[in-house]
Amino acid sequence: MDRRESLKALVLTTVSSTFLLESCDSNTKTEEQTVAEVVKTPDASKAGRMKEEIARLKKIRSEDFFTEHEMATITVLGDIIIPKDEVSGSASDAGVPDFIEFIVKDKPENKTPMRSGLRWLDIQCQNRYDKPFTDCSEKQQLEMVDAIAYPERAKPEMQKGVAFFNLMRNLTATGFFTSEMGVEDIGYMGNRPNQWKGVPEDVLKKHNLAYTDKELRECITFDRQA
Amino acid sequence: MAAFQIKEQPKKYDAVIVGSGAGGGMAAYTLAKSGLKVCLLEAGPMFDPATDSAQLKNPWESPRRGASTKFRPFGDFDGCYWGWEIDGEPYTKAEGTEWDWWRARMLGGRTNHWGRISLRFGPKDFKHKSIDGLGEDWPIGYEDVKPFYDKVDRLIGVFGTNEGLENEPDGIFLPPPLPRLHELKIKKAANGIGIPVIPSRLSILTKKINDERGQCFYCAQCGRSCKVYADFSSSSCLVKPAVATGNVDVIPNAMAREVVTNADGLATGVSYVDKDDMMEYQVDGRVVILAASACESARLLLNSVSRRHQNGLANSSDVVGKYLHDSTGASVSGVLPELMGRKRYNEDGVGGMHVYTPWWLDNKKLDFPRGYHIEYWGGMQQPAYGFGWGIEGLNGKLEMHGKTKEAGGYGKSLKEDYRFMYGAGVGMAGRGEALALESNYCEIDPNVVDIYGIPVLRFNVKYSDYEINQAKHMNQTFKEILHEMGAIITSGGDAGPHNNWGLQVPGKIIHEAGTVRMGNDPKKSALNKWSQAHDCKNLFCVDGGQFVSQGDKNITWTIMALSMRASEYIIDEMKKQNL
Repeated sequence: MDRRESLKALVLTTVSSTFLLESCDSNTKTEEQTVAEVVKTPDASKAGRMKEEIARLKKIRSEDFFTEHEMATITVLGDIIIPKDEVSGSASDAGVPDFIEFIVKDKPENKTPMRSGLRWLDIQCQNRYDKPFTDCSEKQQLEMVDAIAYPERAKPEMQKGVAFFNLMRNLTATGFFTSEMGVEDIGYMGNRPNQWKGVPEDVLKKHNLAYTDKELRECITFDRQA
Repeated sequence: MAAFQIKEQPKKYDAVIVGSGAGGGMAAYTLAKSGLKVCLLEAGPMFDPATDSAQLKNPWESPRRGASTKFRPFGDFDGCYWGWEIDGEPYTKAEGTEWDWWRARMLGGRTNHWGRISLRFGPKDFKHKSIDGLGEDWPIGYEDVKPFYDKVDRLIGVFGTNEGLENEPDGIFLPPPLPRLHELKIKKAANGIGIPVIPSRLSILTKKINDERGQCFYCAQCGRSCKVYADFSSSSCLVKPAVATGNVDVIPNAMAREVVTNADGLATGVSYVDKDDMMEYQVDGRVVILAASACESARLLLNSVSRRHQNGLANSSDVVGKYLHDSTGASVSGVLPELMGRKRYNEDGVGGMHVYTPWWLDNKKLDFPRGYHIEYWGGMQQPAYGFGWGIEGLNGKLEMHGKTKEAGGYGKSLKEDYRFMYGAGVGMAGRGEALALESNYCEIDPNVVDIYGIPVLRFNVKYSDYEINQAKHMNQTFKEILHEMGAIITSGGDAGPHNNWGLQVPGKIIHEAGTVRMGNDPKKSALNKWSQAHDCKNLFCVDGGQFVSQGDKNITWTIMALSMRASEYIIDEMKKQNL
């Protein structure tokens, strides 16, 4: 059986295990090379993915769920929720509408709440301003959003809109802060080879904390200056 | 259509092992190193963390931003194939009972993603009946297993500290990482109310131990499996070196159907379905070693009915499938206002907690007989799907930059709220010992088969008041710690009798054990103290199935120690011509 043969060749090739850490303290370039080497895979889209997963992804990608009009509404709403500011761009700058299109197909339980919520919004705007949400003026759009963005003060008849806006807010924020732009905005500094030397001294001081002698003696501290 | 045929592999092995996780990997490694010829059957595909791990991927590299799927219930980057459900492989539950069954299908099994919490059982964990009169004592004690724990510590590597605690034995430890900020705060708060917090014990290499494996580079992603093999996965740390001896053939995508026995009732091999061509195969060996997971091993035995073994193989005692138990679990989490608006730095650390709480109380003074340990989490983690979710329930309760805002909202002010709250989360979960009861069991469902035509398991498990009382104690303790810390509780605060105090459904903690238990009495146990079937001397079970009870410890380290012990016994018995 060739399966046995392929087995012997087992993809179990080892990434050079000596490159780590000796260098990553002083030399950033080496650190980046390290990341590149660790991340590198023969076929990034297929390595370590089950055939069932690949098939599902292909299927999702081949379908469209939201209409053009719905996508336009999602884009406007998303940018109201996460606008551009001094630190980073808006939800649409970070590709959030495309993420929302993907995730409702991946988690289909969101399909109906999203579609019916968008419909509800348009009907409300039609009744109030005689046009769908996207055609409303900015002032009208914000007036509409104000009526559904604050769960504790929203009127009872706005409950459907509140539930929809909560979902929209959650999807938008999750999509934004997991994008490259959003991760940089939030200030997550990990996901790279490094040495954990403990909490920085100035942070410890601010919180009136200190490592005990036992901890400093027993734990791996690298070149931490106590 | 071709006539039905079972293709028998011509090669005869010394051992056929079913399952390549912690138990099977260790057996393959130990036997192959001693020169025995081994065939390792795995029900899933090949997997090598070096090429197949999603380590160091960013959230935006997943179209679902790391969200879970049925293929990866712990998230898109998780290192485990399948989980609570597998296409074509159902299981059932008796009405009114609960059991959620996690199944991995890949080389290395669930060790590719596990928490690496590597705790030895203590002396009391093997002899609990002698202490409280409940359950059963093991036929072996700590002193029998200690030499193997020592060997596993040296072979695999584990960090921790020797604390001299009676039931948390010292080991051969690598240095642990320093606590993170929220862990220091947990420690201070817990210590203040008499709860110990000590360095965790995880099988992650903070120092290099050999040339085949790298050293931890602190990315916190052990759950994805490690490309430089700096944490323990059976695939990288056991199967790979076992294959390198030239003594092991791995057959992936091989779904074991039954253990084949001869007229004398001895095992001759294992029959299996090749998932790729759906044909039937058989592979023969001098011994058969089951390590398919506690429930899969029980299922195999119960499905291996023959004239000599009419109640299923190794089941004249009728205990196979019984005494099924999982760790208990309950959690409480919240946010810590003191950590809001915190300074950013990389606090990834190792995958998982840097500190934990071993069981610290005397059960004689409590209304539940067995203990639990506490696991902690929190801090500035890599954002993933779910980030910021439910802010409308939180941002109205907090002072943001000195003022309280209205819940919900949108725009620049909302964007600021996410930034302000990032990294302020903190949580804790108990992992406790459930009593192994005869009345909690899995059995063959007479009406259901999987797509391979193999009868499936039906579960019948219920928690008793002991576990519920324990969960109540967890809940109250966690709330107390979080209160001491000044945290606002966001989850688990409303637990009560209505939800069994947050007690997770059995099976959920993924520590299945007890279904093929060992013992000195062949009427009350399936295996003897060498993990060897009483009814069939060349059949062994080296996964969690053999456990009599599981203490308040995660079971992997003990699975490996017992698998190594059973394997050395097999080598010995083969030398003596007893097998």
